[in-house]
Amino acid sequence: MSSTTFPPPTARARTWRKPSVLPGFALTFGTTIGWLSLIVLIPIATIFLKAAGMGWRHFLEVGFSDRALAAYRLSFGTAAAAGLVNAVFGLLVAWVLVRYAFPGKKVVSALVDLPFALPTAVAGIALTALYSPNGWIGQFLDPLGIKVAFTPLGITIALVFIGLPFVVRSVEPVLADLGKDVEEAAATLGASRSQTFARVIFPAIGPALLTGFAMAFARGVGEYGSVIFISGNMPGKTEIAPLLIVTQLEQYAYEGATAIAVVMMLVSFGILLAINALQAAGRRRMGA
Amino acid sequence: MKLRATTEGRLTQALLIALALAFLAFFLLLPLVAVFSEALKAGIGAFVAAIATPDAWAAIKLTLLIAAISVPLNVVFGIAASWAITKFSFPGKSLLITLIDLPFSVSPVVSGLIFVLLFGANGLFGHWLAEHDLKIIFAVPGIVLATVFITFPFVARELIPLMMEQGKDDEEAALSLGASGWQTFWHVTLPNIRWGLLYGVLLCNARAMGEFGAVSVVSGHIRGETNTMPLHVEILYNEYDFVGAFAVASLLAGLALVTLVAKSVLEWRFDLHSGAKH
Repeated sequence: MSSTTFPPPTARARTWRKPSVLPGFALTFGTTIGWLSLIVLIPIATIFLKAAGMGWRHFLEVGFSDRALAAYRLSFGTAAAAGLVNAVFGLLVAWVLVRYAFPGKKVVSALVDLPFALPTAVAGIALTALYSPNGWIGQFLDPLGIKVAFTPLGITIALVFIGLPFVVRSVEPVLADLGKDVEEAAATLGASRSQTFARVIFPAIGPALLTGFAMAFARGVGEYGSVIFISGNMPGKTEIAPLLIVTQLEQYAYEGATAIAVVMMLVSFGILLAINALQAAGRRRMGA
Repeated sequence: MKLRATTEGRLTQALLIALALAFLAFFLLLPLVAVFSEALKAGIGAFVAAIATPDAWAAIKLTLLIAAISVPLNVVFGIAASWAITKFSFPGKSLLITLIDLPFSVSPVVSGLIFVLLFGANGLFGHWLAEHDLKIIFAVPGIVLATVFITFPFVARELIPLMMEQGKDDEEAALSLGASGWQTFWHVTLPNIRWGLLYGVLLCNARAMGEFGAVSVVSGHIRGETNTMPLHVEILYNEYDFVGAFAVASLLAGLALVTLVAKSVLEWRFDLHSGAKH
């Protein structure tokens, strides 16, 4: 039998890719590019085309209106705050999971992925129930004058929930790969444990920690389901950018929705590029 | 000279473990417990009654239908993409991988919006669709499109590193022994990647069934018709039917728990990596 059941590679493909004895390049590469274009690239291009058709002045007018600016400030601010909380506690969780032994560790490790598995709307109503003034946690915070539900603090808590696994899962493998030998060397050379952490361990996991922060931040900026229940949705106060897009759509203000979406996407893509650059820098640093 | 420590003292260790566990209990475990507790607040009878309504059933059936369409589509795409990317070398490969990951960096709401701009009443193809009496937005095809977009990278990003690691020696051996391309794929490649594939399917399915933002924008929230389970949760919640909302939510939370258990079993038994997933 020969390998003729897969379509043979086209003449053009043969010129720009390295030859291989394996069949199926044209079929799989064609499927990939075709499906990618149809589902992802063309739809995303449409929104940029639509924005370009608005003209600069109108785009700036609706994309940077006072209400939109307040929404960006809220979305980026709460996502950054939640990212910082997650950078600290995500590092702690990753450290404990990698370095220490304790009963139930496997269950704890599985639980870390809960925010990836739990639908965001479910997380949203659960957090609202917990933090509303008569909820399990809210009833203790309310007498202290701490309002969580329907404030930026509530949004931040929802984003901490959503973002935690990003930090834990990007720091964990780097921490596990970090050999004990460098720490032993540092200790032999007379470094205290805190010096070793600050000068040896932290610089090594820095890029991974920053990547985790950036991923949690990017996810937090666009997050919708877990936030809208706890945020209260007051324009200019607790209205996140994704919600403003939905509101504009419901009022048939397509141009407003488009402009805000494009601003958010440009920021997200910027973060994505930064993450890639960080990872490349991290790989160079580790000499791989 | 006193020997310098290469680990922390027992007390420090215990403190750090306690702090990490307290954080996880507070931020992750408590919300999960709250879902089930709120769902069963009014007793098991109220719970069953809330799930047995026709609207809830329609939402469950639609959610299963959406997953049954979008997950296989992503499996086919994921296998094709990882075959092309890992078995051949061509320029622009890392750009292609970045583009496949693109949906992860788009807000779910924006993911819905792009399809409204294409197929909505005022969209690019809106007029043409209306003339031909076709409905995509506020109908099932729109929900499928948005779900496929959102879950686009899941299977591919699971398979690419796995197949990269496995190389192509097995396939080359099979081919040189006279197997056809398809035979090689079915009998050599697929058994090699099945657990990784299952892992990707698991995550893809969880997201497909649980997606809220993107689906919310394209669905139109028509009860009994275009309401998925997460959207039904929202409607019930906004109507102050908290027992009903949490009852349906607890089904989704149950799905999340099953996903986590299956995922962990796959990780332990087959030593699949647990990198950052969405």
